[in-house]
Amino acid sequence: MARIEAFEAAQAEGAIPSRVPSEATVATRRGPSGVARFMRSSPLGTVALVFLLLVILLALLADVITYWDPLLTNYGSTREAPSAEHILGTDHLGRDVWSRIVTGARISLFVAFVAVLAGDGVGLVWGVVSGYFGGRVDMVSQRILDALLSFPGLILAMLLLVGLGAGLPTVIIAIAVTRIPLSTRVIRSVALTTRSLAYVEAARTVGASPLRILARHVAPQCIAPFLVIVSANIGVAITTEAGLSFLGIGIPPPTPTWGNMLGGVLAESFRPPWWLVVFPGLALTSTVLAANLFGDALRDFLDPRLRGRLTDL
Amino acid sequence: MRTYLLQRALLGFVTLIGVTILIFLAMRVLPGDPLAMMTAESGMTYTLSDEELQSARAALGLDRPYYQQYLAWMADVARGDLGKSFWREEPINELIKRRGPITFQIAVLAVVLSWLIGLPVGVLSAVRRNTIPDYVSRVLVIFFVAVPPFWMALLIVLFGVLMFNWRPSLTVVQFWEDPSTNMQMVVGPAIVLGVGIAALTARMTRSATLEILHDDFVRTARAKGLREQAVVRRHVLRNALLPVVTVSGLALGGLLGGSVAVERAFGVPGLGTALVMAFSQRDWMVIQNLVLLYGIVFTIVNLAIDVVYALLDPRVAFR
Repeated sequence: MARIEAFEAAQAEGAIPSRVPSEATVATRRGPSGVARFMRSSPLGTVALVFLLLVILLALLADVITYWDPLLTNYGSTREAPSAEHILGTDHLGRDVWSRIVTGARISLFVAFVAVLAGDGVGLVWGVVSGYFGGRVDMVSQRILDALLSFPGLILAMLLLVGLGAGLPTVIIAIAVTRIPLSTRVIRSVALTTRSLAYVEAARTVGASPLRILARHVAPQCIAPFLVIVSANIGVAITTEAGLSFLGIGIPPPTPTWGNMLGGVLAESFRPPWWLVVFPGLALTSTVLAANLFGDALRDFLDPRLRGRLTDL
Repeated sequence: MRTYLLQRALLGFVTLIGVTILIFLAMRVLPGDPLAMMTAESGMTYTLSDEELQSARAALGLDRPYYQQYLAWMADVARGDLGKSFWREEPINELIKRRGPITFQIAVLAVVLSWLIGLPVGVLSAVRRNTIPDYVSRVLVIFFVAVPPFWMALLIVLFGVLMFNWRPSLTVVQFWEDPSTNMQMVVGPAIVLGVGIAALTARMTRSATLEILHDDFVRTARAKGLREQAVVRRHVLRNALLPVVTVSGLALGGLLGGSVAVERAFGVPGLGTALVMAFSQRDWMVIQNLVLLYGIVFTIVNLAIDVVYALLDPRVAFR
């Protein structure tokens, strides 16, 4: 170890001409960067990514691009069709639909991203530990995951919300838990394969500690699958949150989310105003579509072998 | 083969126990007093006085230690007694008998529809790869996977109301009582859910068929001189069905979960709407036992799928 450091120090000083490439130059390749290669490999995925970024941008700029306060009720102008004043109309309490959709994007996206990162993060750690160490930890984990997987996603989330009560943090936790089993399973199988690779065995033989092996050898193999799982789960998380809010079990009104805007229509279904049904749903569908397309493109780019294994609902 | 089936059955049973423990943990052990929402301070529409609260607590057995509550619940379930709804004094068994058939009809119809649409579309897409029919079906598949089913349901209701002044019935009507009204109730949710699952099935079938079309035995069949149609029909189809069986298990999860939201969107009086109503009324017994029912059905059907898969592909049993 000391010799390498001395060598590099000498190189840095210029004493030894660096004809042998140091680590830095070997790692960076010439040619198009990863992002550029991704864009070339899947134009559709790139368009989807751009759309997603656009939606995120709109959500962040909500205060700037909307005129009306999303929570401001106005009993004088309820159920107005789209007009010059309210470009997407008003709902049954006179609130402007456009500002509610844009503000709703914030909540829907925030919940989805945080829940997916949390759930898949737990899945990553649990999968690595379960897959690498095996034994009884693995067996017990599998049984717990089986029990979690025995519930349809929405119902599991509902069950957890019963226990945890309504509200933003609990909805995030509930959705995160529904994302854990599948991500754990996929990462676990990656860890299992990595465990039996030759250079990992070599590292074990040389006496490297489990922590070092996990950090230096197993973890890098899991990065690509992790990214794919996260991108595949975003769409599902958005739909789950929307479903929960639609049923009145998720984010409670008056805070707008695309789901509870659709849920609000149920209360007056004798003559539902079409603009209250079409626009939130369009927002939902297009965002989930973009997320799915991007996820598929990312998966095809990073690891096509995962193609069959990520179907989940 | 028999040991494999016994293994799976045992596993299924253990999973069921796990399911009950999970439900119990969520309902009783997680922070949050079950009856907290029903006190006067919470501002809910349904509230109880202090004495009623005490007797409710005792009636639900909430003052006993956890393991006793769990064992009592399990004993009840084993006897077939699923308790009574808290607010309406109706035995939950009756609720299930009344509303269950509707949900069941919807589920079966949706699955049948998904096979009728998904399988041919998937096979066609694979056999005529990268032609116009393939592109069209792929676009449709991607679209229908992304559309939230309850939104599709709302759109259909909207369309029905605005164009034809039609709304599905709001009270339970069984098939044998009045087939026409019953079918009106069932058809909408079945189509919405069925199309969603058909998209997944089509996707799975397409990729499975694509893989198989390059397999050796297909090459042999073609070399023998069989027409392409015969090759597809006799050899490819059978093998392509296997992954579809696997997907059906996952699709079922989406079906059961999605049916809750779709039933609510159509206003159909099935088990899903009952669950949602129980939720908003904090009707603990109903929530607990209905979720248990969903869990049991899901586990049993997955077990059945494992068995079917093993029967179709004996290699599975000897791994």
